[in-house]
Amino acid sequence: MGISLIAGVATVTLPNIFHATLSLVAALLGIAGIYLILHAEFLAVIQVLLYVGAVVTLIIFAIMLTEGISNKTIAQRNKLGPAAVGGAVVFLAALWGVIRSTPWPIQGGTSENSYATLASLAGSLLGDYIFPFEVISVILIAVLIGAIVIAKKDSV
Amino acid sequence: MMPVPLQHFLFFAAALFVIGVYGALVRRNIIGILLSIELIVNAVNVNLVAFSRSTSLAPETGQIFALFIIAMAAAAVAVGLAIVLALFRIRKTIFTDQIDLLKG
Repeated sequence: MGISLIAGVATVTLPNIFHATLSLVAALLGIAGIYLILHAEFLAVIQVLLYVGAVVTLIIFAIMLTEGISNKTIAQRNKLGPAAVGGAVVFLAALWGVIRSTPWPIQGGTSENSYATLASLAGSLLGDYIFPFEVISVILIAVLIGAIVIAKKDSV
Repeated sequence: MMPVPLQHFLFFAAALFVIGVYGALVRRNIIGILLSIELIVNAVNVNLVAFSRSTSLAPETGQIFALFIIAMAAAAVAVGLAIVLALFRIRKTIFTDQIDLLKG
């Protein structure tokens, strides 16, 4: 957890956007470890494959295509810094108060048979949640075509 | 193994969310803002999985929600980066305060 938080802070504060992306990789790997702690092994694998594998590669491609990664002289932040820090701290304090004062149920899922196995995950993905599953496949197709159309050379 | 209490995961997710919000507010670079949004989405996913572990509902529910959110975040990043590329081709900048085409 601490690794993820430190890497997250580095992601938002590092001046070089390429270094920020690499620290985002560290944060995402830490979150995959948290999924392992929570017995969500499938999600951990998906996190590594999709985020660390695909999304970060895509972001690095976009960085390479848009700006030289060597120009460190340009300011990477706007003038909202102190106000944003203040707002973030206030919001975190409010959330912390809510989390501490709410009576959460005692861990119900500690027994062995309450783990979501891969088979039960697949069963409910193709059983109860079949409609969102189909919808998201249509959305992914639309995104595929839309991204190509937007980024095409002679569009707009 | 001693199970980690739910509050620890919730506080971790809240902290990660706040870090992401800060980054989305202060970054000038559009790609930096996209990175911060990834942090926010991951914080929400950690919350979903932690809740699905600790409540007595079916343990798959939260993980399936997290899967859908991961897919949607990947789609959002793909479209966002396509827009960034198109914008860079037209305006030669990816800094948000220099993109003021609609400012009268």
